Amino acid sequence: MNIIVCIKQVPNTTDVKIDPVTNTLIRDGVESVINPFDAYAIEEGVRLKERFGGKVTVVTMGPPQAETALREAISLGCDEIVLVSDRKFAGSDTWATSYTLSCAIKKLGDFDIILCGKQASDGDTAQVGPGISTHLDIPQVTYVKKIEEIKDSKARVERMTEEGYDIVETPLPCLLTVVKEINTPRMPSLKGMMRAKSAQVTKWTAADIECDPKSIGLDGSPTRVVKIFTPAPRKGGEMIKGETGQVAQELVQLLKDIVI
Amino acid sequence: MDYLFNEQQKMIQDLARKIAQEKIKPVTAKYDESEEFAWEIMKVITDSDLFGVYIPEQYGGLGGGITEMCIVAEEFSRACGAIALGFAGTGLGTFPILLYGSDEQKKKYLPRIAKGTIAAFCITEAEAGSDAGSIKTFARKDGDSYILNGTKQWITNAGEADIYTVIAMTDKTKGARGATAFIVEKGMKGVEFGQKEKKLGIRASATREVIFTDCRVPKENVIAREGMGFIVAMKTFDSSRPGVAAQAVGIAQGALDEALSYSRKRVQFGVPISSFQAIQHMLADMATQTEAARALVYASARMIDAGVKNVAKESAMAKLFASDTAMKVTVDAVQIFGGYGYMREYPVEKYMRDAKITQIYEGTNQIQRNVIAANLIKESIKAE
Repeated sequence: MNIIVCIKQVPNTTDVKIDPVTNTLIRDGVESVINPFDAYAIEEGVRLKERFGGKVTVVTMGPPQAETALREAISLGCDEIVLVSDRKFAGSDTWATSYTLSCAIKKLGDFDIILCGKQASDGDTAQVGPGISTHLDIPQVTYVKKIEEIKDSKARVERMTEEGYDIVETPLPCLLTVVKEINTPRMPSLKGMMRAKSAQVTKWTAADIECDPKSIGLDGSPTRVVKIFTPAPRKGGEMIKGETGQVAQELVQLLKDIVI
Repeated sequence: MDYLFNEQQKMIQDLARKIAQEKIKPVTAKYDESEEFAWEIMKVITDSDLFGVYIPEQYGGLGGGITEMCIVAEEFSRACGAIALGFAGTGLGTFPILLYGSDEQKKKYLPRIAKGTIAAFCITEAEAGSDAGSIKTFARKDGDSYILNGTKQWITNAGEADIYTVIAMTDKTKGARGATAFIVEKGMKGVEFGQKEKKLGIRASATREVIFTDCRVPKENVIAREGMGFIVAMKTFDSSRPGVAAQAVGIAQGALDEALSYSRKRVQFGVPISSFQAIQHMLADMATQTEAARALVYASARMIDAGVKNVAKESAMAKLFASDTAMKVTVDAVQIFGGYGYMREYPVEKYMRDAKITQIYEGTNQIQRNVIAANLIKESIKAE
């Protein structure tokens, strides 16, 4: 089975600081890690390989230092790593990013399953996974919490919903985005860490992946970020105290004043 | 302090630290309470390849030595000195095979140990502690095998381990030269285990009797040769003592970490107690002593790895100093925590309970002093 895992390197913090002028993330002085949700995708990819054989190829689009995240994926049991990196990709929104990754995946050739984390911890859009499947014109199942079975070119998975889960069957190849309920990521192994150190990184630029130059980077991104801000915290509600009957009357009056 | 570890050693340290912090630390109190053997952690250690750090590459290990073993033992013990013993006690059980085993024995057992099979070393008996010469377990030769009878006491990892290296008498008339080392496997007929002992500390480590009743062991399982048992045991201890010392350093460091962090949070008289000189001086002493112990551990480990022939004195010094340090530092850590330190809800009293054993096992610290003094005097006579 050919498994592709898409990952993103993100700042290791939940307290993301935004540059007020450029409206972009301030990455200086913050350690970079594999997006926590992608760690579950990596683990699931390695488990699928252990169940069905095959190989796990990890793809990321990002600056050259994203190589560190790819090497870490090798230490966790993945086999091949691809870094899609070019200044021309700078400023990509989720549309351009998913287009770029889909071009890289096409260049990789045949695959059975693409795994992504449900979203990245920095942007939190949850759009790139579904975007890739759209560009590749393959089915997608999001928020997968269990892969029940893969047989006869079909996968049966459990998709988490707010109330419980759906059981979805999809033909292969397909794209799944996974939630943290799907597994517990393993620790790296020492032999894996040594392999990671010497692993070959495939590096592709915009020219290598044969993409439409107008669909990548800032120019290929329809999204315009006007402003990023932290919303003011909500004020506490107003407490009405007193006798039940009186409180009810007061409440009704307040509601009338607001609505009418 | 920088011990100038090479790249692979640093990798081992990073990984062991990650496992200790993310996997061991969260379950430390649970296993201390339940006194169960932490198989879930043994699996993590196995999958991370760390069981094989001190086993040669040709036998499925990573080709490191005592230094690598100490690095792992220290990092695990910093989180839990008891769970660390699944790893370190296996090392003790493995050394006789590593040091004196035949190629066949190494091929048969070392790859299994590198893949997480637990091992144990059996020498102590009810009446043979420091006086290892008075062991009673007897191995009678019978054709192509030996018949073992006797009871080993307080065996670390007993019952959990699959591989046991056992010192037994083969000739009672020859004294120390009448002992022989054997490899015995769990599941052989005539091997049984006693009740799990209830202990002051290292409660998550399994300690049991190993009872041999007409246990037939093939002669291929003799380590080195008949009569070499005590030499095998003594050289095993020379190599294993830095590991106990590393466990002690880890325990001391873990207690120091807790005490330091607590002293900065605990407010009395309107200020954190870390602003009081009384606390600062305690912390300074604890840190200095722990670092000195660590320096002895890695200096002695490096000597062994470099192939220096007689390391008895140095490895005894490391074991003695590190375990005494662990005891002192953990007692002080409890003191810094005050009343909270005495409560089992807080982590430091466990470090103190775990520290005590490091002064006792693998040769009491009194025996270590004997070893150090004997070597000092021997060297002095030689120099004349």
